[in-house]
Order: sequence, then structure tokens, then C-alpha cells
Amino acid sequence: MVQVDNLGRILEEHPFAQGLDPALKDVMIGCAANERFEAGQFLFREGGEAKKFYLVRSGVVAVEVHAPGRQALTVETIDDGGVLGWSWLVAPYKWTFDARAQTLVRALSFDATCLMRKMESDPVLGYQVMKRFVPVMAHRLHAARMQMFDLYGPAKKG
Amino acid sequence: MSAALQQADPMDVRPFRIEKIRKELSDVFTMELVPEGGGSFAFKPGQFNMIYSFGAGEVPISISGDPADPSKLIHTIRRVGAATEAIGNLSEGMAVGIRGPFGNPWPVEEVFGSDLVILAGGLGLAPLRPAIYMALAHRQRFGKVVLLYGSRSPSEILFPKELEKWRGRFDTKVRVTVDRAEPGWSGHVGVVTKLVKGAGFDPLHTVAFVCGPEIMMRYGIQALEDSGIDRTGIYVSMERNMKCGIGLCGHCQWGAPFVCKDGPVFRFDEVADAFKVREL
Ligand SMILES: Cc1cc2nc3c(=O)[nH]c(=O)nc-3n(C[C@H](O)[C@H](O)[C@H](O)COP(=O)(O)OP(=O)(O)OC[C@H]3O[C@@H](n4cnc5c(N)ncnc54)[C@H](O)[C@@H]3O)c2cc1C
Ligand code: FES
Repeated sequence: MVQVDNLGRILEEHPFAQGLDPALKDVMIGCAANERFEAGQFLFREGGEAKKFYLVRSGVVAVEVHAPGRQALTVETIDDGGVLGWSWLVAPYKWTFDARAQTLVRALSFDATCLMRKMESDPVLGYQVMKRFVPVMAHRLHAARMQMFDLYGPAKKG
Repeated sequence: MSAALQQADPMDVRPFRIEKIRKELSDVFTMELVPEGGGSFAFKPGQFNMIYSFGAGEVPISISGDPADPSKLIHTIRRVGAATEAIGNLSEGMAVGIRGPFGNPWPVEEVFGSDLVILAGGLGLAPLRPAIYMALAHRQRFGKVVLLYGSRSPSEILFPKELEKWRGRFDTKVRVTVDRAEPGWSGHVGVVTKLVKGAGFDPLHTVAFVCGPEIMMRYGIQALEDSGIDRTGIYVSMERNMKCGIGLCGHCQWGAPFVCKDGPVFRFDEVADAFKVREL
């Protein structure tokens, strides 16, 4: 019980839970665990089954792509208050990147099977979770486009 | 401004000797200049000079030095074309012509009492550096001071030693991000707008200074507004081709305002409409 209370407090502090009905928070907490990763440790690897997602409480997670014969390329970092992983929502439910702790990372993880089951049976919860994931995905897409655009390159004036 | 160097006629070009040149990046260098014949050069943060390189013409360049130290005039320049190449090819001991300082400055003193967010991209850190020096010299006059800087890659970060030094202060938050990481980089990766979230300022009492390529400023301003900062609290520094630098020739006209005399620093709400026009 004490642990559940703690998890509840931790979830409440995370921006993801802002405005979330307390009853729904309690439902989510039933699928949550508090995790800690040392610097260098992988949270997940590309191709692995996406069985979780993470709300980063503190630390920096590097989202990386690996190519044979080349060093890992960090495409993004996610830190305090960030949301990591949406492959659990999209078939075929496999991670498309590696995620590695760049520093000591503390995160709340959610068991996707457990949460998905609750979302299926409680559409309000399902909607609230999706409502929070869609902007995360939209921001990532926007950011990826901006990165491709080369924001810092000098303007070409004709 | 120092009486000795107060410019009587803004079209007069005064000779300055290049005392020191420092390579910052592969195509960016910093010059320290001193007036031929002595004297000092007072300026406000955000102002610019017209730098004349004999035979190659004149270009507007922001002052990147410390306004509290008028003994040196400092400019940080990227080689992009004929004039900036010509200036970049000069050596220590040689001379350039200077007209200035011109333009509307960052309103550092006017915003004492607020939280200050400085959002810079790429070379845009250079025109902001004098404002940073001044804000940190008066650190106790601000609430939070946050510097958010984005660069294409780690090797293209401007003034890395100073960024580290500022980050080492206990009273200033410095966040740096790059679009593309390189081996050995353990900092943030992602667009600079991402740094705004979680920067920990109070949006209702925050003033933001923004400088960088226009596209970066557009998205940067959007992120600042999304965070709750009113557009009357956002200042931007603009660049347009210039000739006279003093509001006479019309070269730098940007909608109604002239960038040389009404800017280069503008309050965003006053230029928001011009910002939306693609080819102005
Ligand atoms: C108020 C103000 C402050 C400035 N401060 C600085 C500064 O601190 N440091 C610095 O390096 N530059 C600064 N600039 C930009 C600088 O004036 C130009 O890079 C310079 O005029 C280019 O001249 P050029 O003859 O070398 O190149 P040009 O032959 O005129 O141009 C070469 C290439 O560079 C591009 N270019 C020209 N002007 C700019 C510009 N403003 N921004 C991006 N690309 C450009 C052209 O489209 C062309 O592709 C400032 C401009 C203004 C208006
Ligand atoms: S440069 Fe001549 S009016 Fe601005």
C-alpha cells in the first residue's frame, strides 16, 4: 500500500498526469513500477517487444539508432518530465530505436499489457491516455522535421 | 559613449586596428579591435557596426563583446561572401573601418525585475553575448536567468568555454542542445524549442531575448508563446541587407520599420505581422 501511495505521488508530479482524474491515476498506478537505470544501461533495444513505456522523472535518456560498422547515433534525448516510448500503442509493438540511460535515470514504467487491458475496458481511461500520447507524437514529428530542415544554416537570399 | 570617439557624422569611417583574431569554428572568427590612435568604444548590447574592409565593401556586424569593457571592440563573424571573406583574410595588425554603433539595443536594464530567458541558435549567440554579460553583471536584479542554446552539432557550438563557465554559476541555468550528436557528446539532442519546456521560468514575469536564423526564431517564439510568455515580453534581433545603417537609404526596410534604426532588436508584438510574410 505504501508503495502504491509513493507511486501515486510520483505519477502526480509528472507533467503527463496533469489534469488526470485521481481515479484514473489510481487505475494507472496498478500497472506502474518505479525503475532506476545506471548510466550506460539500456532501457530497451530496437526490435525488442515494446511491453512498456516510461515517464522519465530525472536523468537523460538517449534515443539511438545503430548501424553495423558505425557508432550509435543519438537522434534525440529525453529528460525530466519526458515520455519515452509509444511503440506499445502501434502494431507490431516492437521498439524502433534503442534507449540508453545517458546519466542515472529514474523513471516510472508502465506495463503495456496491463494498461492496454484497462484502456480497452475503460474507454475514458483509454481516451485520457491517448490524449496525452498524441501531442507527444506530434511534437516528436514536428521536432524531427525541424531537425531535417537545418534550423541553424545561414539563409540563402536569392 | 566615450567623448573622444563620439561619432560626429555617422557616415564617417574610423580606422580600427585588429589586435587579435581567434578562430571560433571552421567558418567563424572573432576579432578584437582597438581604435587607431587610442580611445575607447562604448556601445549597448545588441547594437551593430558597419565594418568596412578596404576594397571589399561594408557589412553590418553585431558587437559581441562586453559593454562594460569599452577598451576593446569585439565582433564575431561568419564567412559567407565577399566582404566577410575579405575581413576574415585580414591579419592581426591590419586595419578595418568602423561606423557605429547603430541600432536599438536589447532592453536589459528595462527588464530588471523579471525572469530572463535567452534563446539563441547557431551564430545568434554572438549578438546576444553582450546582453548575457550585462545580465550576469547585474544578476541580482533578475529572477531566474535561463540561457537556451541550440546548434547544428557539438563541433559547431559557439563560445563553448563561456557556456561552460556560465553553466558553472549557481544562479544561471544553461541548457545546450544539438540537432546531430557526434561521438563523445553526452548532452541534449533535439531542437532548441524543446529546451523551453521545463526551463523553469515564470511565464507571467518573464522576458525573452531571441536571436538566430529566422526560421529558428519563428519556432522559438512559438515555443515561448506556448509556454505562456506574452508576445510583448519577447524581443528578437533581425537581419536585413544594409547600406547606410542610419535610416536614410531604405535598403533594410522590413514592412514599415527600418531594421537599422528601429531594430535590429524589436519587441515581437510590433513586428509579428512582418514575421509572417515569407519574402519581406
Ligand atoms: C544588424 C545585423 C547584424 C549582423 N550581425 C552579424 C554578426 O554578428 N556576425 C555575422 O557573421 N554576420 C552578421 N550579420 C550578417 C552579415 O551582415 C552578412 O553575413 C554580411 O553582410 C554578408 O556579406 P558578404 O559580402 O560577406 O556576403 P554576400 O556576398 O552579401 O552574401 C553571401 C551569402 O550569404 C548570404 N547572406 C548575406 N547576408 C546574410 C545574413 N544576414 N544572414 C545570413 N546569410 C546572409 C547571402 O544570401 C549569400 O548567400 C548581421 C547583419 C545585420 C543586418
Ligand atoms: S540601411 Fe539604409 S535605411 Fe537602413
